[in-house]
Amino acid sequence: MTEYDLSLEAIRMSGVYPERCMKCGKCSGACPSYGEMEYHPHQFVDMISKGRIKELMESDSIYKCLSCFVCVERCPRNVFPANIVEAVRTLSERRQGADRISPDTLTEFIDGDTPQQLLMAVMRKYSK
Amino acid sequence: MVYDYYPGCTLKSKASRFDISAVKAAEALGAEMREIPEWQCCGGVYPMACDEIAHRLPSVRALNEAKNNGRDLLTVCSACYHVLKSVNYDMKNSMDVRSKTNSYLEYEKEYKGETRVVHYLEMLRDDIGFDAVSEKVVNPLKELKIAPYYGCLILRPSKIIGFDDAENPVTMENFIKALGGDPVVYPFRNECCGGYAVAEDKAIAEKKSREIIECAKKHGADMMITACPLCMYNLKKYADIPIKYFTEILCEALGIEADGE
Amino acid sequence: MNRIGVFVCHCGSNIAAAVDVKQVAEALGREQNVVFSAEYQYMCSENGQKLIKNAVKENALTGIVVCSCSPRMHEATFRKTASEAGINPYMVEIANIREQCSWVHKDITAATSKAIILGRAAIAKVRFNEPLTVGESGVTKRALVIGGGIAGIQTALDIADAGYKVDIVEKKPTIGGKMAQLDKTFPTLDCAACILTPKMVEAARHENIKLYTYSEVEEVKGYVGNFSVKIRKKARYVRENLCSGCGACALKCPSRNSGNEFNTGLDKRGAIYIPFAQAIPNIPVIDAEHCIKFRTGKCGLCQMNCAAQAIDFSQKDEIIEEKYGAIVAATGFDIINLDKFGEYGYKTYPDVVTSLEFERIMNAAGPTKGHLERPSDGRQPKTLVFVQCVGSRDTSGRGKEYCSKICCMYTAKHAMLTREKYPDTDVYVFYIDVRAPGKNFDEFYRRAAEQYGVHYIKGMVGKIYDDGNGNLMVRGSDIIANEQLTIKADMVILAAAAKPDDSARSLGTMLTASMDTNDFFTEAHPKLRPVESPTAGVFLSGFCQGPKDIPETVAQAGAAAVKVIGLLSKDRLKSNPCVARSDSLICSGCSNCEKVCPFGAITYADARVNDGTGMETRRVAVVNEAVCHGCGACAAACPSGAMDLMGFTSKQIFAEVDAVCR
Repeated sequence: MTEYDLSLEAIRMSGVYPERCMKCGKCSGACPSYGEMEYHPHQFVDMISKGRIKELMESDSIYKCLSCFVCVERCPRNVFPANIVEAVRTLSERRQGADRISPDTLTEFIDGDTPQQLLMAVMRKYSK
Repeated sequence: MVYDYYPGCTLKSKASRFDISAVKAAEALGAEMREIPEWQCCGGVYPMACDEIAHRLPSVRALNEAKNNGRDLLTVCSACYHVLKSVNYDMKNSMDVRSKTNSYLEYEKEYKGETRVVHYLEMLRDDIGFDAVSEKVVNPLKELKIAPYYGCLILRPSKIIGFDDAENPVTMENFIKALGGDPVVYPFRNECCGGYAVAEDKAIAEKKSREIIECAKKHGADMMITACPLCMYNLKKYADIPIKYFTEILCEALGIEADGE
Repeated sequence: MNRIGVFVCHCGSNIAAAVDVKQVAEALGREQNVVFSAEYQYMCSENGQKLIKNAVKENALTGIVVCSCSPRMHEATFRKTASEAGINPYMVEIANIREQCSWVHKDITAATSKAIILGRAAIAKVRFNEPLTVGESGVTKRALVIGGGIAGIQTALDIADAGYKVDIVEKKPTIGGKMAQLDKTFPTLDCAACILTPKMVEAARHENIKLYTYSEVEEVKGYVGNFSVKIRKKARYVRENLCSGCGACALKCPSRNSGNEFNTGLDKRGAIYIPFAQAIPNIPVIDAEHCIKFRTGKCGLCQMNCAAQAIDFSQKDEIIEEKYGAIVAATGFDIINLDKFGEYGYKTYPDVVTSLEFERIMNAAGPTKGHLERPSDGRQPKTLVFVQCVGSRDTSGRGKEYCSKICCMYTAKHAMLTREKYPDTDVYVFYIDVRAPGKNFDEFYRRAAEQYGVHYIKGMVGKIYDDGNGNLMVRGSDIIANEQLTIKADMVILAAAAKPDDSARSLGTMLTASMDTNDFFTEAHPKLRPVESPTAGVFLSGFCQGPKDIPETVAQAGAAAVKVIGLLSKDRLKSNPCVARSDSLICSGCSNCEKVCPFGAITYADARVNDGTGMETRRVAVVNEAVCHGCGACAAACPSGAMDLMGFTSKQIFAEVDAVCR
């Protein structure tokens, strides 16, 4: 699959029209994880619509999104930036051997208080 | 009042006191929470990608069960609430998701998002009424400045979740008032605690949680309450004031003993 | 018996180059009922028209078919020719063999046969044409302007100066509108009051202008040239003829709980008040909701202190009925409610204000006497953050999808004025795009950035919160610097989206004037008829038609006035006879036509009909021909075929279709 086709696939998975974006930057003005990200929410929207998905897939930024939905809530154009980040991450993880955390490495962060909810979320967010 | 109850996995283990206090308080308020049989974990996070059908199935099974029982589906955990409500939204609004899940599950009658998903706080607010709750209070939470922490999942995206105004919510504040407490309004009550990112990046969870706790304290909080076990996990690590599940202070106010992990 | 003449035009080479006109004339000459057929180089020329006239006389023609250009071009010309030749002008049909044939085809054979078919259709139609007569109605030489802001005032002044009577209806106690609340105006920074109040005074003193302030239009009936309007003049509880405007009543009023609307609620006013010093008329009004006398029966201090004895607690609303020839909507704008934008903290933090509130704060006649003081503690803010596009260009359902157009410029103005008066301030502007396309606009905005040191940040604010120490924290993005920043601010000014005034929607319904989904009045044509509503006799002035700044509003106000003057200068209005007509024998009274009519031209009345089984009374549709535009929507909607459009009857249309398909 070409990079462009991969981008289209991500857009399809996200269920979002990134062309609706008017490039106001509100998502990045609201994002609580901005400082942790190499590529910021508005860049995800911009780059995916230009077919530049590889840089995003290779970047740690896809694991820095907290899925807090603040960008979705405040976007004036109904763009759903978080869904785009999620689509890129999902596509990245669907590649062979791309799991970020596997059941074997789960124990690394577990402590006595770890809620089951977190284990489930980690399996969903960091692996196939 | 009888509800079909979806506890979720954390409430049956690490957050059992959240579950027990919720069920006991509901009983005292005249609401029965009937746990649905063989419920499966919602997954903890909503599968945002449109083509993730399998991850939506546990929610659909619970939703359809409630539909067949002719009851509302009640949850106490914010994360379960978020997932169930979002999947229900898809079942109602996405032709693609609806037809794929239904053809996989082979239900006799198609599930089309008919079930009403109710958060425990919504039950108190809309079905029982905070006034009625207030009347049952025996130990008013006097002189306690309580900061409600909403977090993300119970509020956003408000177009789909529709719990309250996502920027200026009032439900938990009114809940605290109903118990005779003094709610602390502070701007970070709807900021993210770091959520699941704590698994690989403790620093961000610490940073976000500390910001929230400091903000609540700066605005005068003696205590914080939450409706999410993951928020509880993150906040508790860095808090020097008590963090409780909202159902715990409800039991306290109603004079009910509720133990659990 | 039909005797039809066919006249085929060459239009120089416009038609003749692609269509064999001789062949067309010969072929059409063989059609049934055609007794004369000819072709000529320019049928619209004097000689061409003479040819038609002679043919009518020599052949006793009853109908004319001209195969030429679009009827938009010369239908009127040939109708006049027919009339001069002594036959009814509506017995003329045009076959468009230029725009719809010769101009779009290259193959002469095909184009020629198409021209013949088009000619045949016109012949088939004209066989069923009936002579029609143009109706006439009178014109009431008085105009009504609804809204007394700068748009309404300017329109009224221009109409009045041309010698026509005009009434202004304003719902607030004074005219002046939003412009009266403004401090300075961009891009020249002249004082709004200095340029507006002379116009307000002129409007009040003009012998041709009558002001109905604190009044609202309640009902509109009639049609172009003949509107009859009911105006509710709300009780002021002050007799206008006695009041001297001394203001003693307002000073003595013990009630101080009402938000002062003129100062956007930033300070309080009494229950009896004059909105502002230059208000016109300079007569107070009692706000009964907050008046102690009205609420408890006790008080009456204003009455005791009124030397003119003008206070009248028993005053009632008055209904005034007046006739008008033309109506101008000039209902203006308001700003949107910001409840749905909780992330900006407008309701939570007193120091987060709207731009309109900031106008009042900066205004010498405002609540702070023009000193820049923040609402929470009266301290002079050192760091100010302006946020643009708050609710504008928003398709999320929270705001408005359009650009409010005026915000970029007033924000630049506010930022510049702040920096000029208070050089010790830091001023930031978050913007998405700076839109400054007017005359001297971009230069103005650049001056704010370059000479006044206003920090323009391309990005958007995500959240405004307090740090617990009384500081506002503004978190936003700087897209060009590729960073998220948090500014510790003392005051935040939100450029809230502008929207049409709430009164526009109900007025639109009363006027049967069409509106868009945003409640802006729609113009008859977006380019060529921008100040007219599609409803005849209704004109549009100012923001109610779409976002506009003051210069544009004044220009449009003048344009609307010209259209009104043009209408009022006529003694009689000719109506288009191609209107709908209902056959009371067939009409079933189903109301379909009434529902689809965009002009409110159809009403229902009881009619005595005899369908052969005896006389009976039936509810049937009646078309007001003066209001009907002849669009034909009713004819299409009528299930029984009772409704027909004169000049375009079903019979005529089917005959055309048959001829084309033959």
